[in-house]
This record gives sequence, structure tokens and C-alpha cells, in this order.
Amino acid sequence: MAIVEVEDLRKTFSVTRPRTGARGPLALLLRERREVRAVDGVSFRIEPGEMVGYIGPNGAGKSTTIKMLTGILVPSGGLVRVAGLEPSRRRVELARRIGIVFGQRTQLWWDLPLCDSFDLLRYIYKVPAERFRANLAAYVELLELGPLLDTPVRQLSLGQRMRGDLTAALLHDPEVLYLDEPTIGLDVVVKERIRSFLAQLNRERGVTVLLTTHDMDDIERLCSRMIVIDHGRLIYDGSLEAMKDRFGGERVLVIDLEEAAPPVEVPGTRVVKVDGPRQWLRFRRADTTAAEVVAAVAARARLRDLTIEEPEIEDIVRRIYSGAAAPIDTH
Amino acid sequence: MAESAALYLRLVRAQIRAQWQYRASFVLQLFGAFALTFVDFLSVLVIFSHLPYLAGWSLGEVAFLYGTSYIAFQFADLTVGQLDGLGDKVQRGDFDLVLIRPRGTLFQLLASDIALRRLGAMAQAGVVLGFAFSLVNVHWTLGRVLVLLTMPITGFLVFAGVWIIGATTTFWTTRSMELVNSVTYGGQFLTSYPMNVYGAWLRRIFIFAVPLAFVNYFPALYVLDKRDPLGAPDFVRFLAPAVAVALLVVASRIWRFGVRHYRSTGS
Ligand SMILES: Nc1ncnc2c1ncn2[C@@H]1O[C@H](COP(=O)(O)OP(=O)(O)OP(=O)(O)O)[C@@H](O)[C@H]1O
Ligand SMILES: [Mg+2]
Repeated sequence: MAIVEVEDLRKTFSVTRPRTGARGPLALLLRERREVRAVDGVSFRIEPGEMVGYIGPNGAGKSTTIKMLTGILVPSGGLVRVAGLEPSRRRVELARRIGIVFGQRTQLWWDLPLCDSFDLLRYIYKVPAERFRANLAAYVELLELGPLLDTPVRQLSLGQRMRGDLTAALLHDPEVLYLDEPTIGLDVVVKERIRSFLAQLNRERGVTVLLTTHDMDDIERLCSRMIVIDHGRLIYDGSLEAMKDRFGGERVLVIDLEEAAPPVEVPGTRVVKVDGPRQWLRFRRADTTAAEVVAAVAARARLRDLTIEEPEIEDIVRRIYSGAAAPIDTH
Repeated sequence: MAESAALYLRLVRAQIRAQWQYRASFVLQLFGAFALTFVDFLSVLVIFSHLPYLAGWSLGEVAFLYGTSYIAFQFADLTVGQLDGLGDKVQRGDFDLVLIRPRGTLFQLLASDIALRRLGAMAQAGVVLGFAFSLVNVHWTLGRVLVLLTMPITGFLVFAGVWIIGATTTFWTTRSMELVNSVTYGGQFLTSYPMNVYGAWLRRIFIFAVPLAFVNYFPALYVLDKRDPLGAPDFVRFLAPAVAVALLVVASRIWRFGVRHYRSTGS
């Protein structure tokens, strides 16, 4: 039973702006109405315990989707169900079962010490005292918040605040955690700490995680599955590996021979560079496998060493975004 | 209910703690609010230094209207006046944070951003009411005492209802709050004087559309035992609680409708 179900989900915003050419007071009257299709027929299902990366270029509709999954926005069309509930109609009930972290916005009380924010959330979410104490102790330790508990939130650095926000989103034991750009603006050390925290959370507590990010390292490190959208439409849904297979384009086998030789000829590959005894053979995943290529090379020349260069995931994603890879049907 | 009340108090206490960090400015604002509203009442005294009666109402009677209007309004301003900031919250997308919590949206807004300095203005209303009772001779009966005691509550609820409905408009146009304020703050000014000093159309608005005449005018006719110069039937004097409840029901419906129109922001 999927914990998040989204079917043909749509959200259009009607925006007005001054009609081109209109100026001054006229501009206020002559306004153009335009429909922005922020989310335009997206469908996917997430099973309990999955950790899914939701990615896409700026303005793709990621945040808008998450807002419909939490009940912040009412969909213009389609179906959403989280934990069996329709978010905008059963918002209060659902809120107790989900947690949300916005990288750009804090839900902590600005002028109060961190621990006071946690304490207020305990009452807002009606967390039983024991659970609250246990959770707080666990998260404070994992996220190293101990020394910061008495600091007013406005004095925290971005990374400290983000760790505070993560704790705040988890104190009530949510089944689903949405993270909208949780690592934005953080340094590598804090990013890594947050990643290992999320991995552990997912592993040990089975929390389902949906994460948007522009940092492909987040995805590579955390998500076995990724959903890619652009212009409000789904363009990929599957594992990272399968995406590499489909969109990964070409891999490169780098071979070091015993001695300099003319370019080796292996079916399905192309030698793109030769430098003394080292050669670069490019081949497509679709045409042949690395094992076949290596075997073929070994049959033709004496191999000393070899490495395979995978395309950077960033490159693949860039190719998908730029339309180099055609949209595909999933399932 | 009791649990919500406890949470409300807990959230208010947290804000007092937060505001206490800036206590010097808090104390100044408290006195500022007290002094400013006192200047307001001077205008009533100025009018009566020229006239013995204002449209058939004596100084004591107008002071009574003024005091009851003020208490009701200030109580509303203290508890729902934060809604003036809703337009900004909606425009910046901060209303998102209200929607992710398992509590009513209105409840959360009313439990945050409370400006306690408004207590200063409430104190002043008490002083004016004391002044009114020293001038008018009320023939106290049980009925009059009961109506007098309900006046601050029903008046407060009427103001609160108007405020909530007005604030809801910001879900469609975030810049509507100035217009709304002219109704709420303006309403407080207008209800400080008897309804019969206003023109017919304005009176109709304050009876039927924005029912501020029920804040104090109609109940005051009963407490002060006055004939209604407008000739409304006697039972209207007792309608204030019903009007207040009806208004709040309408307000909460409109509110829920407005929240579904919230658009958040693109970033
Ligand atoms: N409240 C709104 N009013 C009008 N248009 C909006 C609103 N929110 C989003 N949009 C538009 O909808 C589209 C999708 O926006 P959304 O914020 O979902 O993108 P995103 O994928 O989260 O992008 P980013 O990576 O930049 O955060 C954009 O074109 C945006 O301008
Ligand atoms: Mg976004």
C-alpha cells in the first residue's frame, strides 16, 4: 500500500501582469491574465520506507508538488493521497503524521531559544512526554545540538538552524518527511552530517523521505529512486542505475597497454584518444557491456591496467533537462 | 477546548518571554498607547464644551458609548489585531508554516504576534467608563447589569468577526488591509458616538452590513433607558449576542473558503 499516491496531479496559477505597452495608471487596469501550469499531470506512488529524490530544474514544479502533498495548496486537478488522506481536506489530521523542512524558511520561533521552540512544538503536536524526551535526546545527540539549545534561533548560523529545523520536523515521529532543498547554502561538512543523519533515519526508523535538491551528491548518496520533472511534467521515474543506463550515454574504458600500439578495434567501441600506451575507448551501454569490451581488448592486446569512467550524474541530469534525452514512459 | 486554551496561553507566554527581551521599548509602547487614546477622548470633551447634548445624548451617555466601544475594540485589537499582518504573511508565503501544523489556521494566527502594549489602551477605556458612571444616573436592575456585563464580550465578538472577514480578503488581494483597517479602526471611532448622529445610509451599513451598531449602541439604549431616536423596535436592544454569534459563524466559513485560495509563493 503506497504511502504517497499522486495521480494526474495539476496546479495552475493564474498570474496577472501589466499588458505589454501599458504604462502608468493604465497598466493597473490593462492587465493580462496568464495561466502558469506549475504542475501539469504528474503521477507517482511512493511505498513506505522509500527515499526518493525529486529533482528538476528551477521552476519545474517541485515545491508546488510538495505543497500539494502537505495540504498547503489545493490542487487544480488530479488526485493526491498521503497516508490514505487527501491533504487539503484532512490537513490537520495529516499534519500530525508528516514532517516538513523548507531549506529557505524556518519553522522555529525566531526570538526564542531553540529548546523553547521544541517545547512548544511538543504541545502543538500533542507528543506524549516520554516520546518527546526520547526523540529530543536522540536527535540532539545525532545532530550535535546540545550546546545550541539555549541559543535564540535568530543567532544560529544557517547550518545550525537547519539541524534545528530537522529536529523540529521529527519530534512527533512523522511517517513521511518532505525536505525541500535541505542542503541549500550549507558547507560540505554540514551537508555530509545531514546526509548521514537522513540515511540513518530512513534505515533505523523507516521514515519515508521525499527530497528535492539541486545537489546531485544528495541524490547519489541517499536516494535509490529518483523522480525527475520539468515544466510540471514527469520525465523520469526510476532508479539512479537505470537512469544511467538509459540516459547515461557513453562510458569510457581507459586501458593501459604493455606498450604503445595502434588503436585497438573492438566492435561497438570507438577509440577517441591515444596517448602512448594509454587508449580511451568510448562505448554505449546499450551496445555492449564493460565486461565484453574488456574481454575483447584482452584478446587483441596485452593489458596492464584499466579503469571505467562513468558519466557524471550531473551531466546526465543536464542532458535530461536540456531535452537531449526524450521524455520516456514509465511503468 | 481546554487543551486549546492551555496551548493558547502557552504560546502567549512564549511571546511575552520573547518580547521581554525588548522590555524598554515595550514599556514605552504601553504608555504610548495609554496616552494616545487619552488624547482621543479629549475630542469628546471638546464637543461637549460647546453643546449640552449631542443629538439627544449627554456627555455621560456619550462617555458610556465611548468606554464600551473602546473596551470591546481594544480587546479585539489585542486578540485578533495581529490579523493586520496576514497580508504580509500571505505575500511572503509565510502562511505555509501555519498550514503545516496540526492546528486550526485562525487559532495559530491568533496565538502569535500578540501586541501586549495594547493593554495600555484598555486601561484607559476603564477610566473613561468610570467617568461616565459618575455622570449618568443608571437605574440598575438585574437585566441592565446583565446587559452591561455582556456588552464587552458581544462587542468584542462583533469587532473580531468584522476583523476576521476583512482579513480574509487578503487571500485574494494582499493589499486590501488598508481598506479593512478603515472599517475596523474607523468602526471603533464611529461607535464612540451615538448612531443617530450619522446619515441614514451610514446607519444602515452599521446595522445591516457591518453590524457595529450592536457593539454598544443598541445595548446602551437599554442600559441607559433611552428611547431610540431611530425608532427601532425594543427587541433589537437584546439582539447583540445573536448578531455576534451569527457573525462569527459567517466569519469562520469565509475564513475556511479563503484559506483554500491561498497560493503560497514561487520561492
Ligand atoms: N504562488 C505562485 N503564484 C504564481 N506562480 C507560482 C506560484 N508558485 C509557483 N509558481 C510558478 O510555478 C512554477 C513552478 O514553481 P515551483 O516553485 O514549484 O518550482 P521548483 O521546481 O520548486 O523550482 P526551484 O528549483 O527554483 O525551487 C514556476 O513557474 C513558478 O513561477
Ligand atoms: Mg522550489
